Amino acid sequence: MPPEPARRDDDLPLAPHPYRVLEAGPETADTTTLALAPVTGEATRAFAPGQFNMLYAFGIGEVAISISGEPARRDRLVHTVRAVGKVSTALAAARPGQVLGVRGPYGSGWPLAGADGGDVVVMAGGVGMAPLRPLVYELYAHRERYERVEVIYGSRSPKDLLYYPELQRWRRRTDTRVQVTVDSAGRDWYGDVGVVTTRLPDARFDPARTTAFLCGPEIMMRLSAQALADRGVAPTSIFLSMERNMKCAIAQCGHCQFGPDFLCREGPVLSYAHLKPFLATREL
Amino acid sequence: MTALPGPRAVLGALPFLEGFPREFVEALTPLAHERSYEVDTTIVREGAPADAFFLLVSGKVALEVVAHDRPRRTIETIGPGEVLGWSWLVPPYRWRLDARAVKPTRLVAIEGAGLRALLDRQPAEGYRFLLRLLPVVAERLENTRVQLLDLHAP
Repeated sequence: MPPEPARRDDDLPLAPHPYRVLEAGPETADTTTLALAPVTGEATRAFAPGQFNMLYAFGIGEVAISISGEPARRDRLVHTVRAVGKVSTALAAARPGQVLGVRGPYGSGWPLAGADGGDVVVMAGGVGMAPLRPLVYELYAHRERYERVEVIYGSRSPKDLLYYPELQRWRRRTDTRVQVTVDSAGRDWYGDVGVVTTRLPDARFDPARTTAFLCGPEIMMRLSAQALADRGVAPTSIFLSMERNMKCAIAQCGHCQFGPDFLCREGPVLSYAHLKPFLATREL
Repeated sequence: MTALPGPRAVLGALPFLEGFPREFVEALTPLAHERSYEVDTTIVREGAPADAFFLLVSGKVALEVVAHDRPRRTIETIGPGEVLGWSWLVPPYRWRLDARAVKPTRLVAIEGAGLRALLDRQPAEGYRFLLRLLPVVAERLENTRVQLLDLHAP
């Protein structure tokens, strides 16, 4: 009789757990949000906003995808996948009932505890909104802990904005300011147009008491972090979610090394104070 | 066009003119006119004479690039307190973009030829004025460079 397959991550850290796709909904032309649940019927594993899972399209491959759902919900695991390569295209094409592999969660989350009592600035670019959405859910779950909340979201065009109906709901809240901007638009767009940093002068926050959370293309994060620092936010209070090629996600393979860190273990979320010298290093 | 009641009323409140001597702001007054635009009204059209320097008081303006073989694109929006264009300063004084109100918009238009003459007559203030305008140009150039990178492209 074959041995009972081990399922503890300690025993088989690279073994994916089978999860079934409950829902698959398009966000944009190339981006899909998947809701997954363990085939065993168990609860999903707890995660911190900002963490990621390794998602496995069986027979094709595995990629790191940020968790984009509500941390409080344990009946489903939500990921937003942009179809850019072979694996992510297969994942984005997954349909309800299909089984995918899941490993994780991995990495550092957004250090929200340090933001208590102060203002919070959330800056997202493109699909960078996905790992920030759980953070916004957490902010709303404990809204009384924070002063002003500013969300600034930039995307390529209006049709590339993730979670648009949800953004509209956030905008209607009186306890949050949400600014949305796009790089270019047609005549039917009456919102802001321009890079995400152009919205920062309109954001209201006390730099000395602000914690900022950034996710998007690296250049966007570098420019945004610099703009926040120029305005007086301490580099130790600005956090970036970095992206490199994650392979093992358990700090064994070294693919995700960035300066002295393995981003799968020390990252992906690190402070601007820590990252700044490496962000300025070419070819890193 | 309606002449402004006085420099303190609108001109003095514009962030762009903050810190300029009262005499300079007063010299601008006869050149300044307040204009209002409804949503979707064209404020300036590419190729038309750039005969005024615009400063937004309220509302929002979309700067649009018109390429006749494809739909026009908005490449930037500007809001209250911001500058709309510098073509009035650069020969041959013709607008390089279309500008359209995307919210009900109020702005101050300062006559371009008169303003150039004033800056010539008062070179110290003229230099200061350009030092105020140049960072706006530089920032928009830098932003355009970032947009050219098309960071969010697949």
